[in-house]
Amino acid sequence: MVTTKCFRIVVPTLTVALMLHMWPLPEWLEYARPEWMTLVLLYWALAMPEQVGVTIAWFAGLLIDVTQGAILGQHAVGLVIIVYVVQLEYQRIRVFSLAQQALVVFLLLIIKQVLTLWVTGIVGQAPDLSLYFLPSLVGAMIWPWLFLLLRDLRRRFTQSNRF
Amino acid sequence: MQPLFLQGPSITLRTIILVLISIAVMVADHRWRALETVRGSIESYIVYPLRYTINLPSQFFSWTDKSLSSHELLLDENRKLHEQQLRAQVSLQKLSVLEKENARLRKMLSARPKLGELVLVAEILSIDLDPFKQQVILNKGASKDLYIGQPIIDAWGVMGQVVHLGERSSTALLISDPSHAIPVQVNRSGLRSTAFGTGNSQLLELRYIPHNADLEIGDQIYTSGLGGRFPPNYPVGRIVSIERPAGESFATVIAEPMAHLDRSREVLLVWHNPPVKDVLTDEQIEQASQKEGDNGNN
Repeated sequence: MVTTKCFRIVVPTLTVALMLHMWPLPEWLEYARPEWMTLVLLYWALAMPEQVGVTIAWFAGLLIDVTQGAILGQHAVGLVIIVYVVQLEYQRIRVFSLAQQALVVFLLLIIKQVLTLWVTGIVGQAPDLSLYFLPSLVGAMIWPWLFLLLRDLRRRFTQSNRF
Repeated sequence: MQPLFLQGPSITLRTIILVLISIAVMVADHRWRALETVRGSIESYIVYPLRYTINLPSQFFSWTDKSLSSHELLLDENRKLHEQQLRAQVSLQKLSVLEKENARLRKMLSARPKLGELVLVAEILSIDLDPFKQQVILNKGASKDLYIGQPIIDAWGVMGQVVHLGERSSTALLISDPSHAIPVQVNRSGLRSTAFGTGNSQLLELRYIPHNADLEIGDQIYTSGLGGRFPPNYPVGRIVSIERPAGESFATVIAEPMAHLDRSREVLLVWHNPPVKDVLTDEQIEQASQKEGDNGNN
Protein backbone atom coordinates (compact mmCIF):
# COMPACT_ATOMS: atom_id res chain seq x y z
CA MET A 1 0.00 0.00 0.00
CA VAL A 2 2.71 2.40 1.06
CA THR A 3 4.53 1.61 -2.17
CA THR A 4 1.66 2.51 -4.52
CA LYS A 5 1.08 5.72 -2.62
CA CYS A 6 4.70 6.70 -3.08
CA PHE A 7 4.74 5.89 -6.77
CA ARG A 8 1.92 8.30 -7.33
CA ILE A 9 4.50 11.02 -6.84
CA VAL A 10 7.69 9.27 -8.02
CA VAL A 11 6.49 8.33 -11.49
CA PRO A 12 5.14 11.80 -12.43
CA THR A 13 8.32 13.55 -11.29
CA LEU A 14 10.47 11.10 -13.26
CA THR A 15 8.26 11.67 -16.31
CA VAL A 16 8.70 15.42 -16.06
CA ALA A 17 12.45 14.89 -15.68
CA LEU A 18 12.48 12.79 -18.84
CA MET A 19 10.61 15.50 -20.71
CA LEU A 20 13.10 18.11 -19.52
CA HIS A 21 15.83 15.97 -21.12
CA MET A 22 14.17 16.43 -24.51
CA TRP A 23 12.95 20.00 -24.08
CA PRO A 24 14.33 22.18 -26.89
CA LEU A 25 16.88 24.70 -25.59
CA PRO A 26 18.81 27.40 -27.42
CA GLU A 27 22.06 26.04 -28.77
CA TRP A 28 24.37 27.82 -26.32
CA LEU A 29 22.43 26.34 -23.38
CA GLU A 30 22.35 22.80 -24.74
CA TYR A 31 25.70 21.85 -23.29
CA ALA A 32 24.68 23.07 -19.82
CA ARG A 33 21.51 20.98 -19.60
CA PRO A 34 21.71 19.10 -16.30
CA GLU A 35 20.79 15.42 -16.17
CA TRP A 36 17.33 15.91 -14.72
CA MET A 37 16.47 12.25 -14.59
CA THR A 38 19.60 11.44 -12.58
CA LEU A 39 18.99 14.30 -10.14
CA VAL A 40 15.35 13.40 -9.49
CA LEU A 41 16.26 9.74 -9.13
CA LEU A 42 19.02 10.60 -6.64
CA TYR A 43 16.51 12.55 -4.57
CA TRP A 44 14.02 9.67 -4.41
CA ALA A 45 16.76 7.16 -3.67
CA LEU A 46 17.79 9.39 -0.79
CA ALA A 47 14.27 10.06 0.50
CA MET A 48 12.71 6.63 0.01
CA PRO A 49 15.50 4.05 -0.31
CA GLU A 50 13.09 1.20 0.46
CA GLN A 51 10.91 2.00 -2.52
CA VAL A 52 13.24 3.55 -5.08
CA GLY A 53 16.28 1.38 -5.62
CA VAL A 54 18.61 0.07 -8.27
CA THR A 55 15.90 -1.67 -10.32
CA ILE A 56 13.98 1.54 -10.91
CA ALA A 57 17.27 3.27 -11.64
CA TRP A 58 18.00 0.69 -14.32
CA PHE A 59 14.68 1.18 -16.08
CA ALA A 60 15.05 4.96 -15.85
CA GLY A 61 18.48 4.65 -17.43
CA LEU A 62 17.04 2.58 -20.26
CA LEU A 63 14.50 5.34 -20.94
CA ILE A 64 17.29 7.92 -21.12
CA ASP A 65 19.14 5.67 -23.57
CA VAL A 66 16.12 5.50 -25.85
CA THR A 67 15.42 9.24 -25.73
CA GLN A 68 19.07 10.13 -26.38
CA GLY A 69 19.65 7.53 -29.05
CA ALA A 70 22.50 6.07 -26.99
CA ILE A 71 23.47 2.40 -26.81
CA LEU A 72 20.88 0.59 -24.69
CA GLY A 73 22.30 0.17 -21.19
CA GLN A 74 24.81 2.99 -21.42
CA HIS A 75 23.11 5.39 -19.01
CA ALA A 76 21.46 2.51 -17.14
CA VAL A 77 24.75 1.11 -15.86
CA GLY A 78 25.90 4.49 -14.53
CA LEU A 79 22.58 5.17 -12.81
CA VAL A 80 22.53 1.74 -11.17
CA ILE A 81 26.00 2.27 -9.74
CA ILE A 82 25.42 5.73 -8.28
CA VAL A 83 22.02 4.75 -6.84
CA TYR A 84 23.80 1.78 -5.27
CA VAL A 85 26.23 4.19 -3.59
CA VAL A 86 23.26 6.20 -2.29
CA GLN A 87 21.61 3.01 -1.01
CA LEU A 88 24.71 2.23 1.02
CA GLU A 89 25.28 5.75 2.33
CA TYR A 90 21.86 7.42 2.46
CA GLN A 91 21.82 7.76 6.23
CA ARG A 92 25.06 9.69 6.15
CA ILE A 93 24.14 11.86 3.16
CA ARG A 94 20.78 12.80 4.67
CA VAL A 95 22.30 14.62 7.62
CA PHE A 96 24.59 16.74 5.45
CA SER A 97 23.79 20.40 4.88
CA LEU A 98 22.47 21.31 1.43
CA ALA A 99 25.87 22.61 0.31
CA GLN A 100 27.59 19.40 1.39
CA GLN A 101 24.88 17.37 -0.32
CA ALA A 102 25.45 19.36 -3.49
CA LEU A 103 29.11 18.36 -3.35
CA VAL A 104 28.22 14.68 -2.94
CA VAL A 105 25.74 14.96 -5.80
CA PHE A 106 28.45 16.56 -7.93
CA LEU A 107 30.74 13.62 -7.29
CA LEU A 108 28.00 11.11 -8.07
CA LEU A 109 27.10 12.92 -11.29
CA ILE A 110 30.75 12.93 -12.33
CA ILE A 111 31.00 9.19 -11.64
CA LYS A 112 27.95 8.60 -13.82
CA GLN A 113 29.29 10.75 -16.64
CA VAL A 114 32.67 9.02 -16.53
CA LEU A 115 30.97 5.61 -16.77
CA THR A 116 28.91 6.83 -19.72
CA LEU A 117 32.03 8.28 -21.30
CA TRP A 118 33.85 4.97 -20.96
CA VAL A 119 31.15 3.18 -22.88
CA THR A 120 31.20 5.89 -25.55
CA GLY A 121 34.98 5.59 -25.74
CA ILE A 122 34.94 1.81 -26.03
CA VAL A 123 32.48 2.06 -28.89
CA GLY A 124 34.92 4.49 -30.47
CA GLN A 125 33.18 7.85 -30.73
CA ALA A 126 34.59 9.78 -27.76
CA PRO A 127 33.28 13.36 -27.89
CA ASP A 128 35.14 16.61 -27.34
CA LEU A 129 35.71 16.86 -23.57
CA SER A 130 35.95 20.63 -23.10
CA LEU A 131 32.30 21.02 -22.09
CA TYR A 132 31.53 17.41 -21.30
CA PHE A 133 31.28 17.73 -17.51
CA LEU A 134 29.34 21.01 -17.49
CA PRO A 135 25.99 19.20 -16.91
CA SER A 136 27.36 17.76 -13.64
CA LEU A 137 28.40 21.20 -12.42
CA VAL A 138 25.03 22.73 -13.31
CA GLY A 139 23.28 19.74 -11.75
CA ALA A 140 25.13 20.20 -8.46
CA MET A 141 24.33 23.92 -8.49
CA ILE A 142 20.59 23.39 -8.86
CA TRP A 143 20.50 20.48 -6.39
CA PRO A 144 19.53 22.57 -3.28
CA TRP A 145 16.51 24.08 -5.05
CA LEU A 146 15.47 20.79 -6.58
CA PHE A 147 15.82 19.15 -3.18
CA LEU A 148 13.54 21.67 -1.46
CA LEU A 149 10.98 21.48 -4.26
CA LEU A 150 10.82 17.71 -4.27
CA ARG A 151 10.73 17.56 -0.46
CA ASP A 152 7.69 19.85 -0.42
CA LEU A 153 6.02 17.73 -3.07
CA ARG A 154 6.74 14.53 -1.18
CA ARG A 155 5.43 15.90 2.11
CA ARG A 156 2.26 17.01 0.49
CA PHE A 157 1.70 13.60 -1.08
CA THR A 158 2.82 11.21 1.61
CA GLN A 159 1.93 13.20 4.73
CA SER A 160 5.00 12.05 6.54
CA ASN A 161 7.65 14.26 7.99
CA ARG A 162 10.39 11.71 7.87
CA PHE A 163 13.58 13.34 6.44
CA MET B 1 1.97 -11.89 9.14
CA GLN B 2 5.33 -10.26 8.61
CA PRO B 3 7.29 -11.91 5.79
CA LEU B 4 10.61 -13.29 6.90
CA PHE B 5 12.79 -11.48 4.34
CA LEU B 6 11.67 -7.91 3.77
CA GLN B 7 14.31 -7.00 1.25
CA GLY B 8 14.54 -9.90 -1.14
CA PRO B 9 18.04 -10.35 -2.59
CA SER B 10 20.57 -7.95 -1.08
CA ILE B 11 21.20 -4.61 -2.73
CA THR B 12 24.76 -5.51 -3.64
CA LEU B 13 23.66 -8.70 -5.37
CA ARG B 14 20.92 -6.86 -7.24
CA THR B 15 23.37 -4.18 -8.33
CA ILE B 16 25.85 -6.74 -9.60
CA ILE B 17 23.13 -8.56 -11.52
CA LEU B 18 21.85 -5.32 -13.05
CA VAL B 19 25.34 -4.23 -14.07
CA LEU B 20 25.92 -7.61 -15.74
CA ILE B 21 22.56 -7.34 -17.51
CA SER B 22 23.48 -3.83 -18.67
CA ILE B 23 26.74 -5.06 -20.12
CA ALA B 24 24.96 -7.91 -21.91
CA VAL B 25 22.36 -5.49 -23.25
CA MET B 26 25.02 -3.05 -24.46
CA VAL B 27 26.90 -5.80 -26.28
CA ALA B 28 23.70 -7.14 -27.83
CA ASP B 29 22.63 -3.67 -28.92
CA HIS B 30 25.94 -2.45 -30.26
CA ARG B 31 27.44 -5.61 -31.74
CA TRP B 32 24.45 -7.43 -33.10
CA ARG B 33 21.75 -4.74 -33.29
CA ALA B 34 19.59 -7.35 -31.59
CA LEU B 35 17.41 -5.01 -29.56
CA GLU B 36 15.96 -2.70 -32.21
CA THR B 37 12.47 -4.08 -31.52
CA VAL B 38 12.80 -3.41 -27.77
CA ARG B 39 14.00 0.10 -28.50
CA GLY B 40 11.23 0.55 -31.05
CA SER B 41 8.50 -0.42 -28.63
CA ILE B 42 9.84 1.76 -25.80
CA GLU B 43 10.08 4.56 -28.33
CA SER B 44 6.52 4.05 -29.59
CA TYR B 45 4.67 3.50 -26.33
CA ILE B 46 6.53 5.59 -23.74
CA VAL B 47 8.78 8.14 -25.37
CA TYR B 48 6.70 9.13 -28.39
CA PRO B 49 3.74 10.53 -26.38
CA LEU B 50 6.19 12.66 -24.38
CA ARG B 51 7.94 13.83 -27.55
CA TYR B 52 4.61 14.68 -29.10
CA THR B 53 3.68 16.75 -26.04
CA ILE B 54 6.99 18.59 -26.10
CA ASN B 55 6.59 19.37 -29.78
CA LEU B 56 3.07 20.79 -29.28
CA PRO B 57 4.08 24.35 -28.30
CA SER B 58 6.27 24.82 -31.38
CA GLN B 59 3.53 23.33 -33.54
CA PHE B 60 1.06 25.74 -31.97
CA PHE B 61 3.32 28.70 -32.67
CA SER B 62 3.81 27.77 -36.30
CA TRP B 63 0.04 27.32 -36.61
CA THR B 64 -0.73 30.76 -35.12
CA ASP B 65 2.01 32.22 -37.27
CA LYS B 66 0.32 30.83 -40.36
CA SER B 67 -3.18 31.84 -39.40
CA LEU B 68 -2.21 35.35 -38.33
CA SER B 69 0.08 36.27 -41.21
CA SER B 70 -1.43 38.95 -43.38
CA HIS B 71 -3.06 38.59 -46.76
CA GLU B 72 -0.34 40.73 -48.28
CA LEU B 73 2.45 38.49 -47.00
CA LEU B 74 0.74 35.39 -48.27
CA LEU B 75 0.24 36.91 -51.70
CA ASP B 76 3.87 37.88 -51.80
CA GLU B 77 4.96 34.38 -50.85
CA ASN B 78 2.58 32.94 -53.40
CA ARG B 79 4.12 35.08 -56.14
CA LYS B 80 7.61 34.00 -55.18
CA LEU B 81 6.64 30.35 -55.16
CA HIS B 82 5.03 30.71 -58.58
CA GLU B 83 8.21 32.14 -59.94
CA GLN B 84 10.24 29.33 -58.42
CA GLN B 85 7.83 26.77 -59.78
CA LEU B 86 8.21 28.25 -63.27
CA ARG B 87 11.98 28.04 -63.12
CA ALA B 88 11.84 24.49 -61.81
CA GLN B 89 9.44 23.58 -64.60
CA VAL B 90 11.82 24.91 -67.24
CA SER B 91 14.75 22.90 -65.93
CA LEU B 92 12.50 19.86 -65.62
CA GLN B 93 11.68 20.08 -69.33
CA LYS B 94 15.34 19.74 -70.17
CA LEU B 95 15.67 16.98 -67.62
CA SER B 96 12.84 14.91 -69.01
CA VAL B 97 14.48 14.92 -72.45
CA LEU B 98 17.73 13.76 -70.87
CA GLU B 99 15.91 11.11 -68.87
CA LYS B 100 14.28 9.69 -72.00
CA GLU B 101 17.59 9.70 -73.80
CA ASN B 102 19.17 7.95 -70.86
CA ALA B 103 16.45 5.30 -70.81
CA ARG B 104 16.94 4.72 -74.54
CA LEU B 105 20.69 4.38 -74.19
CA ARG B 106 20.27 2.02 -71.27
CA LYS B 107 17.94 -0.07 -73.35
CA MET B 108 20.44 -0.19 -76.18
CA LEU B 109 23.02 -1.45 -73.70
CA SER B 110 20.33 -3.78 -72.34
CA ALA B 111 21.17 -2.60 -68.87
CA ARG B 112 18.53 -2.92 -66.21
CA PRO B 113 16.62 0.35 -66.04
CA LYS B 114 16.82 2.45 -62.93
CA LEU B 115 13.81 2.15 -60.66
CA GLY B 116 12.16 5.45 -59.91
CA GLU B 117 12.89 6.70 -56.42
CA LEU B 118 9.98 7.00 -54.07
CA VAL B 119 10.00 9.90 -51.62
CA LEU B 120 8.01 11.01 -48.59
CA VAL B 121 8.13 14.33 -46.77
CA ALA B 122 8.81 14.17 -43.03
CA GLU B 123 9.11 16.90 -40.47
CA ILE B 124 11.88 17.26 -37.89
CA LEU B 125 10.39 17.48 -34.40
CA SER B 126 11.76 20.27 -32.26
CA ILE B 127 13.28 18.00 -29.67
CA ASP B 128 16.76 18.09 -28.23
CA LEU B 129 18.98 15.06 -28.13
CA ASP B 130 22.46 14.50 -26.80
CA PRO B 131 24.36 17.64 -27.92
CA PHE B 132 27.47 15.53 -28.53
CA LYS B 133 25.69 13.59 -31.25
CA GLN B 134 24.29 14.84 -34.51
CA GLN B 135 20.83 13.30 -34.58
CA VAL B 136 17.28 14.43 -35.31
CA ILE B 137 13.84 13.01 -34.63
CA LEU B 138 11.46 12.67 -37.59
CA ASN B 139 7.68 12.50 -37.34
CA LYS B 140 7.36 9.41 -39.57
CA GLY B 141 8.07 5.87 -38.48
CA ALA B 142 7.60 2.18 -39.18
CA SER B 143 3.89 2.74 -39.87
CA LYS B 144 4.91 4.52 -43.11
CA ASP B 145 7.25 1.66 -44.13
CA LEU B 146 10.45 3.42 -43.22
CA TYR B 147 13.43 1.16 -42.79
CA ILE B 148 16.71 1.35 -40.91
CA GLY B 149 19.42 2.76 -43.13
CA GLN B 150 16.99 4.80 -45.22
CA PRO B 151 18.59 7.95 -46.69
CA ILE B 152 17.11 11.36 -45.88
CA ILE B 153 17.72 14.47 -47.97
CA ASP B 154 16.57 18.08 -47.91
CA ALA B 155 16.14 20.53 -50.74
CA TRP B 156 19.89 21.12 -50.97
CA GLY B 157 21.53 17.78 -50.43
CA VAL B 158 21.95 14.59 -48.46
CA MET B 159 21.27 14.95 -44.73
CA GLY B 160 21.77 11.50 -43.24
CA GLN B 161 20.07 8.18 -42.63
CA VAL B 162 17.48 6.58 -40.37
CA VAL B 163 19.06 4.65 -37.48
CA HIS B 164 16.23 3.83 -35.06
CA LEU B 165 12.59 3.19 -35.84
CA GLY B 166 9.51 3.74 -33.71
CA GLU B 167 5.93 3.20 -34.81
CA ARG B 168 5.28 6.90 -35.53
CA SER B 169 8.68 8.50 -35.17
CA SER B 170 12.25 7.70 -36.05
CA THR B 171 15.75 8.83 -35.22
CA ALA B 172 18.07 9.87 -38.02
CA LEU B 173 21.85 10.21 -37.88
CA LEU B 174 23.18 13.23 -39.77
CA ILE B 175 26.17 12.99 -42.11
CA SER B 176 28.07 15.32 -39.74
CA ASP B 177 28.02 12.85 -36.81
CA PRO B 178 31.53 11.58 -35.98
CA SER B 179 30.33 7.98 -36.38
CA HIS B 180 28.92 8.59 -39.85
CA ALA B 181 30.63 8.08 -43.18
CA ILE B 182 29.23 8.40 -46.68
CA PRO B 183 30.80 7.25 -49.96
CA VAL B 184 31.19 10.23 -52.30
CA GLN B 185 32.56 11.15 -55.69
CA VAL B 186 33.97 14.45 -56.89
CA ASN B 187 31.83 15.72 -59.72
CA ARG B 188 34.60 17.29 -61.82
CA SER B 189 37.28 14.61 -61.72
CA GLY B 190 35.34 11.50 -60.77
CA LEU B 191 37.63 10.94 -57.77
CA ARG B 192 36.04 8.64 -55.19
CA SER B 193 36.36 9.06 -51.45
CA THR B 194 34.47 8.78 -48.18
CA ALA B 195 33.15 11.81 -46.29
CA PHE B 196 33.32 11.43 -42.52
CA GLY B 197 31.37 13.53 -40.04
CA THR B 198 33.33 15.67 -37.62
CA GLY B 199 30.72 16.49 -34.95
CA ASN B 200 30.48 20.01 -36.38
CA SER B 201 27.43 20.45 -38.59
CA GLN B 202 29.36 22.72 -40.97
CA LEU B 203 32.29 20.39 -41.68
CA LEU B 204 32.87 17.04 -43.31
CA GLU B 205 36.26 15.42 -43.75
CA LEU B 206 37.38 13.47 -46.82
CA ARG B 207 39.93 10.91 -45.73
CA TYR B 208 42.52 8.77 -47.50
CA ILE B 209 43.04 11.15 -50.40
CA PRO B 210 46.61 11.07 -51.77
CA HIS B 211 48.57 14.32 -52.17
CA ASN B 212 48.50 14.24 -55.95
CA ALA B 213 44.73 13.74 -56.26
CA ASP B 214 42.96 15.99 -58.73
CA LEU B 215 41.03 18.17 -56.30
CA GLU B 216 40.35 21.89 -56.09
CA ILE B 217 38.65 24.18 -53.65
CA GLY B 218 35.05 24.65 -54.72
CA ASP B 219 34.66 21.16 -56.21
CA GLN B 220 31.23 19.67 -55.66
CA ILE B 221 30.99 16.23 -54.12
CA TYR B 222 28.11 13.87 -54.82
CA THR B 223 27.03 10.52 -53.44
CA SER B 224 28.71 7.78 -55.44
CA GLY B 225 26.09 5.17 -54.64
CA LEU B 226 28.81 2.68 -53.71
CA GLY B 227 27.85 0.61 -50.71
CA GLY B 228 24.25 0.66 -51.86
CA ARG B 229 22.87 2.63 -48.96
CA PHE B 230 22.61 6.07 -50.57
CA PRO B 231 21.27 6.67 -54.07
CA PRO B 232 23.95 7.97 -56.46
CA ASN B 233 24.29 11.56 -57.71
CA TYR B 234 22.78 13.49 -54.84
CA PRO B 235 24.84 16.54 -53.77
CA VAL B 236 26.70 16.09 -50.48
CA GLY B 237 29.00 19.08 -50.15
CA ARG B 238 31.58 21.48 -51.50
CA ILE B 239 35.34 21.35 -50.86
CA VAL B 240 36.38 24.33 -48.74
CA SER B 241 39.97 23.57 -47.81
CA ILE B 242 42.76 21.28 -48.96
CA GLU B 243 46.00 20.93 -47.03
CA ARG B 244 48.89 18.76 -48.07
CA PRO B 245 51.11 18.43 -45.01
CA ALA B 246 54.58 17.31 -46.05
CA GLY B 247 55.10 14.48 -43.55
CA GLU B 248 51.69 12.87 -43.90
CA SER B 249 50.74 10.25 -46.44
CA PHE B 250 47.27 11.68 -47.07
CA ALA B 251 45.94 15.17 -47.70
CA THR B 252 43.56 16.83 -45.25
CA VAL B 253 40.44 17.74 -47.17
CA ILE B 254 37.52 19.57 -45.57
CA ALA B 255 34.12 19.94 -47.20
CA GLU B 256 31.06 21.87 -46.23
CA PRO B 257 27.73 20.01 -46.43
CA MET B 258 25.23 21.27 -48.98
CA ALA B 259 22.22 20.24 -46.92
CA HIS B 260 21.16 22.73 -44.27
CA LEU B 261 21.82 20.29 -41.46
CA ASP B 262 21.00 22.64 -38.61
CA ARG B 263 18.28 24.68 -40.30
CA SER B 264 16.04 22.43 -42.37
CA ARG B 265 12.69 21.65 -40.85
CA GLU B 266 11.29 19.44 -43.57
CA VAL B 267 13.18 16.53 -45.06
CA LEU B 268 12.57 13.93 -47.76
CA LEU B 269 12.80 10.23 -47.06
CA VAL B 270 14.04 8.35 -50.11
CA TRP B 271 13.21 4.76 -50.96
CA HIS B 272 16.23 3.82 -52.93
CA ASN B 273 17.13 0.24 -53.59
CA PRO B 274 14.65 -0.88 -50.95
CA PRO B 275 15.18 -4.21 -49.25
CA VAL B 276 13.63 -5.97 -52.23
CA LYS B 277 12.25 -8.93 -50.36
CA ASP B 278 10.20 -6.79 -48.00
CA VAL B 279 8.86 -4.09 -50.25
CA LEU B 280 8.79 -5.28 -53.85
CA THR B 281 8.39 -8.73 -55.32
CA ASP B 282 10.37 -9.68 -58.41
CA GLU B 283 7.21 -9.46 -60.50
CA GLN B 284 6.62 -5.89 -59.44
CA ILE B 285 10.17 -5.00 -60.40
CA GLU B 286 9.62 -6.62 -63.83
CA GLN B 287 6.45 -4.62 -64.28
CA ALA B 288 8.15 -1.42 -63.24
CA SER B 289 11.01 -1.98 -65.64
CA GLN B 290 8.62 -2.79 -68.47
CA LYS B 291 6.68 0.36 -67.77
CA GLU B 292 9.82 2.41 -67.83
CA GLY B 293 10.83 0.74 -71.09
CA ASP B 294 7.48 1.68 -72.61
CA ASN B 295 7.91 5.25 -71.55
CA GLY B 296 11.28 5.25 -73.21
CA ASN B 297 9.74 4.12 -76.51
CA ASN B 298 7.13 6.85 -76.63
